[in-house]
Amino acid sequence: MKADPASPAGSAPLSQQRPLGDRGFQILALASGLLVLVILVLIAVSTSQQAASWFSTEGLKIFTNNWDPATNHFGVLGFIYGTALTALIAVILAVPVSVGIALLLTEVVPYRWSRPIVYVVDLLAVVPSVVWGLWGILVFVPWIQHIYASVGSGVNGVPVLGALFGPPTSGASFLTAGIILAFMITPIVTSLSREVIATVPQIDREGAYALGATRWEMITGAVWPHSQGGVVGAVLLGLGRAMGETIAAALVIGSAVNVITTHLTVPGYNMPAVIANQFGEASGTFRAGLMGLGVLLFVFTIIINVLARGIVERSARRKRGA
Amino acid sequence: MTAVAAPRQAPDLREAKGWRRSKNRIMTILMVAAFVITLIPLGFVLFTVIAKGASIISWQFLTGSPIPPNVLPAGIGGMWPAVLGTLLITGLATLMAVPLGVLGAIYLNEYGGRGWLAALIGFMSDVMTGVPSIVMGLFIFSIWVLHFGYSGLAGAFALGCLMLPIVIRSSYEMLRLVPDPLREASYALGATKSRVTLTVVLPAALGGIVSGALLAIARAAGETAPLLFTILVVSTPNANVFSGPNTSLPSQIFSNATQPYVGAQDRGWGAALTLIAICFILMIAARIVTARFTRYSR
Repeated sequence: MKADPASPAGSAPLSQQRPLGDRGFQILALASGLLVLVILVLIAVSTSQQAASWFSTEGLKIFTNNWDPATNHFGVLGFIYGTALTALIAVILAVPVSVGIALLLTEVVPYRWSRPIVYVVDLLAVVPSVVWGLWGILVFVPWIQHIYASVGSGVNGVPVLGALFGPPTSGASFLTAGIILAFMITPIVTSLSREVIATVPQIDREGAYALGATRWEMITGAVWPHSQGGVVGAVLLGLGRAMGETIAAALVIGSAVNVITTHLTVPGYNMPAVIANQFGEASGTFRAGLMGLGVLLFVFTIIINVLARGIVERSARRKRGA
Repeated sequence: MTAVAAPRQAPDLREAKGWRRSKNRIMTILMVAAFVITLIPLGFVLFTVIAKGASIISWQFLTGSPIPPNVLPAGIGGMWPAVLGTLLITGLATLMAVPLGVLGAIYLNEYGGRGWLAALIGFMSDVMTGVPSIVMGLFIFSIWVLHFGYSGLAGAFALGCLMLPIVIRSSYEMLRLVPDPLREASYALGATKSRVTLTVVLPAALGGIVSGALLAIARAAGETAPLLFTILVVSTPNANVFSGPNTSLPSQIFSNATQPYVGAQDRGWGAALTLIAICFILMIAARIVTARFTRYSR
């Protein structure tokens, strides 16, 4: 490559004076960047194509609670409900803990302590999904089913609690899947909340302290109003993760189809788990239906992620500018 | 929004007392409790995997072959087909995703600038990290497996798709930290943009890029869902990653987890310990690279 004295720093226009290798490299880099968009479009197109026969034969019946491959019924409402329910449980359990750790890291502990804490929380993310599943089905489920059983008999007949935790109870259930998913999304919600909270200007904190606020009053008065929006984004991203998490859920959710109930401690199914467990034996409309579930899952998670990233980015930019 | 609403009493320079102080204490304790709560499942999982896996793992377990049928007890055969599959498939995925991801990050930071296309690609790459791994598996199944059959290569494609946005994000963050005067100095010497990028900017950011890539590899090595419909499962080693079904450690754990046989479960724990060890080694390597070779950090 020969040096090009005519190109000023950074802003060289694509002129003939630039050596071929230089332009070639730029095109290569651009192509790699575009690859992301190409893959996303290809995912949407190819999976929709494979699912087309499901959409066309079932029509609006795809949104009924009737999944029965033996009689060629492929309504997926139950799986959508299971996905929403488990993801919601995971978020409700994980968010207070994650925000608590994020506040601990940014507002309480000194910097040299915060790094080991970050490492430990990140370890939760290093444990592979399938290992959570293995531990879940062989250790956690047998252990927690006794708790479910005793809590269930205790709250039987109590208005709201009875409807949520009452018998019949089973170790492998929506609630178990939600708990395991909560462990898995804690690191990402923590790290994103921490990033958002770190953008709060130091001067706001000092102002609150100067007025005589305690640390907690400083957090609710100065940190929280600033980082609220971003934390909502982080929570949405956690929700998206929990919706798409496959293998751990597939092992502990209990694998029961067409379950829509207020009971949290009964076996059910979510969308990724049913794809993972049934795809191998599927063909024809059955396979198309599972592909269609994949398409729906893709659409749901894309919508949630676009929303969440938008919120996180906007709040981060506004705070930095302020 | 920025108004401080909390102290309702008149400003008081003495230390907070009574309920205000107790509330502050309680909330601080709750924050510490939040951290302790996450330690419980983590410790529980690691303890179980190490306790159950350590008695299974041996040289023979790691290098023996074939993987025996579920009913047989542990100690016969070994996990070599799965270890080999994991190494080959993850390695191939790395070869695809890391160069492309770094190039994509170079586009975002060095060429795209503040343009709309770079903003769109950066945003969609972040969104792509949220695409469920099982959808990647279905995607590769429909564009590759249906036409060319199951193979390690198909699995590597699926893992590569998962790794790509992670590598782009981490490399982009690292490239952004390289100070502009470094670039300007090289331009002043008459270097072309590609040359500046490849010989000045990239080496300056290399430590961070390598450590980000290692974390992406650790993530991909533990993924099961994208491999379910792309490589299937076999019990004998398949060194030809380009054709024929293959297997991997996560796939073996998944298929053994639901077996009622003690031998199968033991093999599951052994494979889980092996997999966790691989992921931890990658993570520790990433930390070492970060600590020793990163020139610029936040």
